[in-house]
Amino acid sequence: MALLTVEHLQVDFRLRQQTLTALYDISFTLSPGERLAIVGESGAGKSLLGYAIVNLLRQPGYISAGAIHFHEQNLTKLGSRQWQQIRGKKIAMIFQDPMVTLNPVLTVGEQMVEAIRAHQKISAQAAKQLAIHKLSQVKISAAEQRFEQYPHELSGGMRQRVVIAIAMLLNPEILIADEPTTALDVTIQAQILHLLKQLCEEQGVALILITHDFGVVSRIAERTLVMYAGRIVERGPTLEIINDPQHPYTQGLLNALPQMALAGQRLNQIPGHMPSLGEHPSGCAFHPRCPYATEKCRWQRPRPIYSGISTVACFAIEELLAETNLEEGDDNHD
Amino acid sequence: MIGFILRRLLQAVLVMLTISFASFVIQGKLGDPVTQMVGQNVTLAERAQLTESLGLNDPLLQQYARYLSDALSGDLGVSYYHKQATLAVIGDRLPATLELSFCALLIVLLTATPLGVFAAIRPRHILSRLIVIVSTLGLSVPIFVVAMFLVYFFAVEWQWLPSFGRGETHLLFGFWSSGLVTKDGLQHLLLPSVSLAFVLAPIFVRLIRAQMLEELDSDYVRYAWSKGIPAHRVYFVHALKNTMLPVITVGGIQVGTLIAYTILTETIFQWPGMGLLFMEAVSRVDAPLISAYLIVVGLIFVLINTLVDLIYLWVNPRVRIPGYGQ
Repeated sequence: MALLTVEHLQVDFRLRQQTLTALYDISFTLSPGERLAIVGESGAGKSLLGYAIVNLLRQPGYISAGAIHFHEQNLTKLGSRQWQQIRGKKIAMIFQDPMVTLNPVLTVGEQMVEAIRAHQKISAQAAKQLAIHKLSQVKISAAEQRFEQYPHELSGGMRQRVVIAIAMLLNPEILIADEPTTALDVTIQAQILHLLKQLCEEQGVALILITHDFGVVSRIAERTLVMYAGRIVERGPTLEIINDPQHPYTQGLLNALPQMALAGQRLNQIPGHMPSLGEHPSGCAFHPRCPYATEKCRWQRPRPIYSGISTVACFAIEELLAETNLEEGDDNHD
Repeated sequence: MIGFILRRLLQAVLVMLTISFASFVIQGKLGDPVTQMVGQNVTLAERAQLTESLGLNDPLLQQYARYLSDALSGDLGVSYYHKQATLAVIGDRLPATLELSFCALLIVLLTATPLGVFAAIRPRHILSRLIVIVSTLGLSVPIFVVAMFLVYFFAVEWQWLPSFGRGETHLLFGFWSSGLVTKDGLQHLLLPSVSLAFVLAPIFVRLIRAQMLEELDSDYVRYAWSKGIPAHRVYFVHALKNTMLPVITVGGIQVGTLIAYTILTETIFQWPGMGLLFMEAVSRVDAPLISAYLIVVGLIFVLINTLVDLIYLWVNPRVRIPGYGQ
């Protein structure tokens, strides 16, 4: 039984002159305790997807079609009161840059206690105890002291630990982490990722990890969605995707990792850049940057098909599969 | 923290020195004090002697030093017209002006904050549009027009409120003549303070609205929403507290505007405060009184701005770190 089911989700931006579509036909499921990664370059729409799930899209963005089921509820139909019950309690979020997500004029403690008391009838003293307990759970030393401090008095890594502690305060069922380590030093990144994974495992929290970094994905997520220009182009088990990427875009992303480059050679990159909103190309949106693009890719959109390794939307893969099927068919004739 | 306060105090002293020099120069240039004292019918020799004995032939800096040391001991000269120490004359009028300004500020604060916040939270609401339009208009309407309309309707047409003067006052603590404690005094206070508030409020409404809109779009407000905390906490704790930082700063600067407008308001309503006193002093070329007014107003301005800095320090924890505010 899936915990979260996203069905044919579409997100539009209603502007004065026109309505632009940012996310097309997004469908996926998340099981309890599962760790799912959403990968793509900036502009792919992965953060937008995260905000759409908790209904925190900035104006003029809105969900124009589709449904998001969480337990028995359709999240796209909830009012602000009902959302208040879910956000922070059932679905918690971690944002990219802890410098700008924690309120600069409130202490760490105030920002933790308010989250607890919004969802539980509990005395201020008990809330403080719980907050300090959670702070020490994310391995913050001198938790009582930190409780009284302001965000600017903490280091970047420490701040992100605070944000993780806040996310874990009420034992949520789903944690959506939007680039949780991007703003941190590489050495701190590994610690934070490890902490995040450990906490999710211990408490059975399902994680949606939004990132552009396959290095991060491989360490944490069991399943991966790859997004390009507002669509899911490839999905499957993380290990398979990393070992044998099917979609040319996924291949490009993996090849672009510095670890993949040979010493003395230029780093690999995908030519061109992610199309911006309102400029999504026709056909397969990736065709202008794709080394295998054909005339067909310019005008028709590939459907997702199962390649035996992952589910991919790509005509090149489709043809490859057709060929092998033919050969197999020939074999059968013998 | 201590360093921050010391730095502010040093700046305050420098500002006061500059103001005192300016008012000293003004006093020296406004007419001939000797003529003011003795009139026309005195021989040139006597005038020269008087000039010498008054120290008017000394070098400018020496005169300034004398002026300054007198000022520090509380002597800002004697008013030509009132024949009293200028500080005593101003001190008599000070409560009237302070009560007027205080009431106006209170009205500004109590109206501008809710209006600005509402216009930011519900930007498409018809009332919000109205608030924006009226505050834009309010910015461009001069105070004497506002005051005239208020007087016309409330005092002339409907005869609800008095149109001039301060009404009945009571002496509080032996030195403060207050109009706040009598019904008559409060009635007299209403029109002038509303006029004064009307010209100041639009700036604050627009500032609070713009700043609040910006804060509501910020990451930490979105993060606050994601924690599922109630809307009033997001608006009034998370967003409003950050909104108030620039508002406090601008508020301090607006004190200057407030003082300038008290001169106009007091003139229109014949409010017996410092502003009216200043206008009278100007028309009578009462140089010592003019320069004393400048010094007192300068001092008030500096004190309030220092106070605003301290409030800022209290609201914004980031300035509290030693060395951060530099």
